Amino acid sequence: MKTLIKIKESGQNIYNKILKKQKPEMKFPIRSLSNVKYDPKKGFFELKGQNKLRTLTVNTVKTFAQTLRMMSFSKELLKTDDIATKREAYYVSKNWGDAKFDEQPESDTVMDDIEAMFGVNREQLGFIPEEKGGEVAGELIVIDKDPDTGKEIKIDCTKFGSGAYSIPSSIEELKFQTKAKFILAIETAGMFQRLVKHSYYKKANCILISMGGVPTRACRRFIRRLSDEMKIPVYAFCDGDMYAFFNIYRTLKVGSGNAAHLSEYFCVPKARYLGITPQDIIDYKLPTHNLKDVDIKRGKDAIKNDPFVHQHKDWEKAIQLQLKMGVRAEQQALAKWGLNYVIEKYLPEKLKNDKTWLP
Amino acid sequence: MQTKLTEIKPIKANELAKKQREISISEFFTKNRHLLGFDNPRKALLTTVKEAVDNSLDACDEARILPDIIVEIKQLSEDKFIVIVEDNGPGIIKQQIPKVFGKLLYGSKFHSMKQTRGQQGIGISASVMYGQLTTGKPAKITSKISKNKPAYHYHLHIDTQKNEPEITREVQIEWDKDQGTKIEIELEAKYQKGKQSVDEYLKQIAIANPYVSIIYTSPEKDKITFPRVINELPKEPKEIKPHPYGVELGVFIQMLKTTKAKTLQGFLQQDFSRVSQKVAQEICEKPKINFNIKPQEVTRDQAELLTKSIKETKIMAPPTDCLSPIGEEAIIKGLKKEINADFYTAVTRPPFVYRGNPFQIEVGLVYGGEIRSDELITLARYANKVPLLYQQSACAVSKSVISTKWSSYGLSQSKGALPSGPCMLLIHMASVWVPFTSESKEAIAHYPEIIKEIKLALQEVGRKLSIFINKKKKSEYEEKKKSYIEKYIPHIAIGLKEILDLKEKDETELKVLLQDILERSKK
Repeated sequence: MKTLIKIKESGQNIYNKILKKQKPEMKFPIRSLSNVKYDPKKGFFELKGQNKLRTLTVNTVKTFAQTLRMMSFSKELLKTDDIATKREAYYVSKNWGDAKFDEQPESDTVMDDIEAMFGVNREQLGFIPEEKGGEVAGELIVIDKDPDTGKEIKIDCTKFGSGAYSIPSSIEELKFQTKAKFILAIETAGMFQRLVKHSYYKKANCILISMGGVPTRACRRFIRRLSDEMKIPVYAFCDGDMYAFFNIYRTLKVGSGNAAHLSEYFCVPKARYLGITPQDIIDYKLPTHNLKDVDIKRGKDAIKNDPFVHQHKDWEKAIQLQLKMGVRAEQQALAKWGLNYVIEKYLPEKLKNDKTWLP
Repeated sequence: MQTKLTEIKPIKANELAKKQREISISEFFTKNRHLLGFDNPRKALLTTVKEAVDNSLDACDEARILPDIIVEIKQLSEDKFIVIVEDNGPGIIKQQIPKVFGKLLYGSKFHSMKQTRGQQGIGISASVMYGQLTTGKPAKITSKISKNKPAYHYHLHIDTQKNEPEITREVQIEWDKDQGTKIEIELEAKYQKGKQSVDEYLKQIAIANPYVSIIYTSPEKDKITFPRVINELPKEPKEIKPHPYGVELGVFIQMLKTTKAKTLQGFLQQDFSRVSQKVAQEICEKPKINFNIKPQEVTRDQAELLTKSIKETKIMAPPTDCLSPIGEEAIIKGLKKEINADFYTAVTRPPFVYRGNPFQIEVGLVYGGEIRSDELITLARYANKVPLLYQQSACAVSKSVISTKWSSYGLSQSKGALPSGPCMLLIHMASVWVPFTSESKEAIAHYPEIIKEIKLALQEVGRKLSIFINKKKKSEYEEKKKSYIEKYIPHIAIGLKEILDLKEKDETELKVLLQDILERSKK
């Protein structure tokens, strides 16, 4: 297996250096927005190729030891065809004496380092995330396997009543059937529930997905496969603020600066931003809140540093407009015009007019 | 004091004059208590202890006696206290006792050009007055000048109209002490610990005066001993004449009137330091004033010309044997006995001059140990070995500390603030004339020469501190390195063994090699 070989190679390099009495090194791509480039034609964040070298010194010896033990644990998982959640991996380290992790963020970071070092995702290392992948309701049939018998089961996502289907953490084996016209990826669970309750998906013949904030890798991958394999357009429906633009929508569309080594698979390049746009705040006379200092900083940073914004002038204009207005609006602010205004007026109008969207 | 003229109906001048005389010393005192250190009951307690202790120390210094001071504060009721201060000084002769304690502004120190503690306050009689005004009780004084002489015990009031002592009791008593003075003052006060407390003041006195022994009994009946750690008195400061550069016009005119010299040239030579015949003549020649005229005949305008001429004449710096610094060794000993720390250092700068006044700056620094590290550093400011507990932010010392770059010496510092860290600074200015920002004499004025000298001293101790901190960091690093090597190397070996399926023998070899690699590592 590819990952196993990479682990062994990397261990061998370190071992050889030590035998030569030289300081061993590990090489990682730098995981930040500064080491990311964006080509709209490819549609996702790519690494620029800046690396950081971790040389074995007194200051790095602890992380060095922890990284090697984590690699060894990964090897063990792969060899026995087992998996561990990130939390479980953290608890396994408690057997490592002085090399144990005190808090889970430390073990997560080491895991992310190994992912980036080998250019694989954590599932390929045998690790799976804790988090749920998001909720689905609407015109979609998911074909999964019964965990006991291995027999195919068809899950109709219109048959959950007022509930929803939960995206599993590993989705590569799933298959789909659908005739939906589009996917609506929704930021808040509250808005998702309103649309489910009034079975908006029947009226609009669509698939509703609740991202619950920043979409998880599984959620992104799930939407990506629907987008690619079923050829369905994807529209994001979020709050009208900087967090929604850059933490939620941009991550959905092109991936995150922190894990750009994986963006190619964990993003939805064809997604479009339906709303709430800064212009919507004006057009729909939405109740607003003032921008906080962090919002203003995030907006200015995005204009200055975000390669995604650099490639899309429409986004730059939208952010400048929002900074000028000095306010933000939540998607549920539409309730000012009546609880079902979003279903009867806002979404139909927006869906008709793609000039009001953002790239 | 000015009387309000508007309230007075047409009145004859002599009556007015009579009325003006009637303004009593007690009224003056009450109206100016903030200038004299009696702003509030807490400060009144401190000022009373301070005046009495300063007096005792000055007397012992002058008589070349190693001081043994006993301080006791007793609480009588919620706001009534008795302060008792006893010394082993030379004592005061019988006739002088009432005046020293019962007359405001009496004493020899007020205009002297000698480094003493006492010039900083209005004097012990102010405390006697305060006690009398707040409790109506007399001050009780006992003094004895030698083994063979009797001790005298007085009860004194101050006649607040005439500013004269009023003796209510005078007896000869037995005192099992060879010599010394003891004063008891009852007063309205408040006792509180912490910064600006009597306890803190005595501790700071003990630090900067390690040749003094103090036994202190607090109102809570705790007995605190500040032991003597140096059995040698500091160098005796010499009295000097004023240097021409430091003299202001008003004082100059006053000196011209009262001098015993026969000629202007003689006056300049005799009443000032560093004025030779040649210099005296040069001063007079520039404004074309005859140097043989009688000093009393010099007009105001001529006096002004003369003071200007003085500034333009080159005159040798004043002698500096009038200064009595604490000394580097004594500062370190003083700090060591009162503060438990990891590092002590001190610097005594050479004497320097501002406005014709010689002065000398000393700085002591302690670091680490039991000093709290999460706060701004503590400043202990001193003028002529007396702690300054109030008005820290207005003081030239604070300005100098703040404008020194402590980050380069290993302490963190925000802009415009004192540095922070486990550190305390002692800063002492010795001078025959310490310039204060105001009458309350709590903050040293911002003369550029003084600030420069303080900063030079701070930089010197700062450099020593940074050497210490670097050494400490290095040894901490070595410690860390050793423990890290022990802790984590085995895990690198285990990790590699598991990944590459190595043998036990290879794992042992790996550990040895890794240890070797890391011990050579400098980061």
